[in-house]
Amino acid sequence: MSSALAAGVAAPDFRLNSTPDQKVKLSDFRGNPVILAFYPADWSPVCGDQMSLYNEILPEFRRLGAQLLGISVDGVWCHRAFAEARKLHFPLLADFEPKGEVARAFGVYRTDDGISERALFVLDGDGVVRWSYVSPIGVNPGADGILEALESLSGGKEKP
Amino acid sequence: MSRLKTPVAADDHRSGPDDAPVTLVEYGDFECPYCGAAYPIVESVRRTMGTRLRFVFRHFPLTQMHPHALHAAEAAEAAGAQGKFWQMHEMLFDHQDALEDADLIGYAKALHLDAKRFTSELASNVYVDRIHDQIQSGIRSGVNGTPTFFINGVRHDGTWEESDLLAALEAAAA
Repeated sequence: MSSALAAGVAAPDFRLNSTPDQKVKLSDFRGNPVILAFYPADWSPVCGDQMSLYNEILPEFRRLGAQLLGISVDGVWCHRAFAEARKLHFPLLADFEPKGEVARAFGVYRTDDGISERALFVLDGDGVVRWSYVSPIGVNPGADGILEALESLSGGKEKP
Repeated sequence: MSRLKTPVAADDHRSGPDDAPVTLVEYGDFECPYCGAAYPIVESVRRTMGTRLRFVFRHFPLTQMHPHALHAAEAAEAAGAQGKFWQMHEMLFDHQDALEDADLIGYAKALHLDAKRFTSELASNVYVDRIHDQIQSGIRSGVNGTPTFFINGVRHDGTWEESDLLAALEAAAA
């Protein structure tokens, strides 16, 4: 059972570090769809893990005008090392202090484990949740659901 | 539950009878060590299942992580154009640490392919569109890393340890 924010709810705004000296504010992306990908931790020991997969699919997300943000409770230096090792070309946000606050606000924090669920949210240009999905923690959800949600947002139209 | 959106078709690389009760589709990357580790397991379950199993391989090179993966996939396609896809598939998984172009051409020669044609097709990226189509079909079907397996069209979310994979295939065959 999950209490993740469902379609139709306005996403709570947040401001998190994307690098040691840069912060990202969710509302700065208004006007364009945003994909929020909460994941349990950097360095999951598989090839083609969730973030690496999204990195491959990034051109497809961009074609649909969407900004991808990865979020976990890992700190900025951990994110930096992980992003460099995997050559990730999108921001990883540190939901680090207070730990998991943003995950809690989206209803996807696992209190017992101290990590977030593997949860996806697609927000429209007004910051409203249009699709959300919580995957079993051990199962990488892939990208098919995200792409279908983005396409239904844009009515199948591509950004020029 | 994620499902295969692009059904197995005549232009897929298929091994085993088309009327087999079970079809196993793998989306894989020749440079991915996990695919390399899965290779002997897949071979073993194919032997165990015999004619009850049809195996299909589709490309899903993770090019950001694996700089040789796309060319290796192209090499498999170029070999396939000369009737030796599966032989090249085996060669590549047996030599995952040597996938430079010169290595690929060496494998083509070892398989007695027309090396001139192979080299020219590799250089002019003849099969890249086909590989990209397969990547797209994988993304749309919920491929979530490599290897990703589909059993009779449904993504296999269990492990691919031999006992788990075989149990899932046997269940699908029953």
